[in-house]
Amino acid sequence: MAYLRNLEHGDIVHRCFRCGYCKFPVDYSDFNCPSYKAFGWDTFAPGGRMWLIRAWLSGEIETSPRFSEIMYSCVACDNCKNQCVFEKFRDFLPDVFQETKVELVNDGLVPPAVRDYFKAIMTSGNPYKLPQARRGDWTSGTGLQKYSAQEYLFYAGCVGSYDEVGQKMAKSVASMLDKAGVSAGVLGEEETCDGNEVRILGEMGLFNELAQANIEKFKTKGVKKIITLDPHALNAFRNDYPKLGARFQVFHYTEIFASLVKKKKIKFKKYPAKITYHDPCYLGRHNQIYKPPREILNAIPCVELIEMRRHGLNAFCCGGGGGNFFTDILGTGEDSAGRVRVREALQTGANIIAVACPICAKMLTDAVKMENLEDKLEVLGIAEIMARTQKK
Amino acid sequence: MNDVMQSLIDIVGERGVSNAAEELWFYSRDPGVLEPHKPDYVVAPKTTEQVQKIVQLANREKIPVVPMGNGMALTGLVIPLKGGIVLDMKRMNKILEVNEKARYAVVEGGTSQGVLKAYLQENYPHLRHSIPDAPSTTTIAANVALHGQGRLTNQYGFNSDMVTGMEIVLPTGEICLIGSPSLGPYWFSKGPTLPDLSGLFLGWLGTTGIITKLGLKLFPNKKIREVEMFVTDKAELVPEIFYKLTHLEILEDVNAWFQPKPLIFKGNFHITIYFTGDTEEEIEFKRRMIWDALQEFIDSKDGGFMNVQYTKDMLLEMPQRGIANFADVPKGGGFEYSGPITIIEHFPQYAAKVIELAKKYDVLYASSARLICGGHCMMFSISFAFNRNNPAMMKRVKEALDEATAFALEMGAVPWKPNFMEQQMTMKKIHPATLKLMQMIKRNLDPQGIMNPGNWEVI
Repeated sequence: MAYLRNLEHGDIVHRCFRCGYCKFPVDYSDFNCPSYKAFGWDTFAPGGRMWLIRAWLSGEIETSPRFSEIMYSCVACDNCKNQCVFEKFRDFLPDVFQETKVELVNDGLVPPAVRDYFKAIMTSGNPYKLPQARRGDWTSGTGLQKYSAQEYLFYAGCVGSYDEVGQKMAKSVASMLDKAGVSAGVLGEEETCDGNEVRILGEMGLFNELAQANIEKFKTKGVKKIITLDPHALNAFRNDYPKLGARFQVFHYTEIFASLVKKKKIKFKKYPAKITYHDPCYLGRHNQIYKPPREILNAIPCVELIEMRRHGLNAFCCGGGGGNFFTDILGTGEDSAGRVRVREALQTGANIIAVACPICAKMLTDAVKMENLEDKLEVLGIAEIMARTQKK
Repeated sequence: MNDVMQSLIDIVGERGVSNAAEELWFYSRDPGVLEPHKPDYVVAPKTTEQVQKIVQLANREKIPVVPMGNGMALTGLVIPLKGGIVLDMKRMNKILEVNEKARYAVVEGGTSQGVLKAYLQENYPHLRHSIPDAPSTTTIAANVALHGQGRLTNQYGFNSDMVTGMEIVLPTGEICLIGSPSLGPYWFSKGPTLPDLSGLFLGWLGTTGIITKLGLKLFPNKKIREVEMFVTDKAELVPEIFYKLTHLEILEDVNAWFQPKPLIFKGNFHITIYFTGDTEEEIEFKRRMIWDALQEFIDSKDGGFMNVQYTKDMLLEMPQRGIANFADVPKGGGFEYSGPITIIEHFPQYAAKVIELAKKYDVLYASSARLICGGHCMMFSISFAFNRNNPAMMKRVKEALDEATAFALEMGAVPWKPNFMEQQMTMKKIHPATLKLMQMIKRNLDPQGIMNPGNWEVI
């Protein structure tokens, strides 16, 4: 079949059998594709998306707001890539979805919320349309200084810098780094967006601009090692920036803290709590960082770490990936990912959901409120939990 | 917006109905080789009452209704041949009850095989249901509606034999209970000792009603599952091997499969033998019985047991995910199969026919036979893979499958989940009085002819 449009990985779209394994976790306990779970149409599942893309490439269906909504409802959680049975091409499923979004961007046919997100990044440098001068406000009282040749740059990202929940998380990480004697500095008002969501939403021109500016800035300042608050930033720095010439060592903060805990440079007092840990997609499936957050929690005396049924490679996304944190295409209905996830957390009997991503923190905090579970569940970043266990 | 669309929105809400180009395109086809046909609406109900209201509306407006699970029958049974409403049942996916002691589950009509499997594993690990090798997204109701088979079929019969009660929305909109739930709260029998009315719906491919709830037999989940594989290069010996194995009365499932790729499999018939036990002693005893039963074929150098040490995990997986991989052998995206239900002594003729058809139509085959209920019959799948971007190859696969069905009918087999053309071939051959009875049933149950029209339809 001849296609009217081309995608880099367009040669695999006809190979999807739409068998549907991609919708599930490995034990089939529930649908594990957030957009299929929320919308309930086969068109919103990875297989449906593949078949629709094929029809769209061949001109059988046209670009429409609905087509765009279906494509942008993907939260890029990578569950499909891991559950698809076709090992010869499954790694490229997320690429096909991302490349389709690039085409939609090039055609100017993205949902209004996506358009507004790009515009905010272009005009304000952040999705909140807040002044650049306020980007470093969150650092106040943390003990971390401006970056000037310290061993690490601590990169907070847009959510950590501007969102209230994100700022709380960033502060706790920064304070803990300072307390542990880690040589780290921040860019403050000089920090700019990492572009991970810009790339996944398909605006490659803007992404390249952001990435190259960041790379140049980091190089100029002599940055060699970066600690990120946000797994989304980690993903961009670790997997995408090297293609543009970056040569930095990139760590997630949980990797640094886990290492310090192992070396006994961080110690905890007893903290009796039942905790369940939510794997962020960009830390877990995208970057295979599963152990460090668990090593930290397991090292805290009296903490009982209880896994949710879907965890690790099979974790259910909070719904905030793929830019949905900002575009909210999945919505907040009963079957929206965040609400499903906090109900799953509740089933474990835990009273704390530990998170390692500011986007997850915000999504799950909101979901706890929507589910009226505020008296039963608290959402806390790993460093926030660590802070509660420090001797005063 | 037209009146029908508004009425559907009134029933299921805006997120429960679509007539967008994207849904109409997708729900007009299945993964097989048949031509698509667009529905006018796709509707996803969440309750029996919503299904009832949709069917009442469809009756009033004479709109076709095509119930759909995951659409993996591959033979176009969910393609809306005459347009109308495709009813995606998958939002009705609750597990309503498990009666542990009576060993049955009651599930909604869109519950998937995978979700029931996971639920039982977590809550009733000593119970299981018969899982087909279709993907885990396939629905239990659709599977029994087309007389599917699963891992326990050799022991207990077709999966439709495992039904213990049904709630049906009739084509005229009434909600009807079938079997013991029609008399009380328990879902333990679909018929006996009442007249077995389940036969008005099972095998009818959605043309006589919509299953909204289903009772299903559960079985003991033994602590250990094991597998052996016996290999012979003589197709003519396979029926005798089947006969010896079924005489043991201890086997969970028996499949015989053959395929030309990869080369290591070419020319051999692999008989996969599944068995279970609660102790190692029980397993070893059964293993000994299996080996003893087939010793004569080893002595005559006609076959032997293959080492399954490295393939055991894959073989024991339920469902076997790797089966879907056949779709990508020609890179890819599809396969379809004809699956006649026939007697086991015909295995050699069917095996020869598969190879003949593959050569004649220049297509790639994989074939598998599954014993049903101790060998009274078997399902013999004649599968051909195709490349979805190669219309000529898809046409050849379709022609090969048509010829396979014609052959099966000549051999006295019953086609399994036949497509609408194979149904016509079947109805031409079926006894006239049988056909007349089918017509009477269909006309009485569905006077407006709205249920999955084009299927089981006498022209």
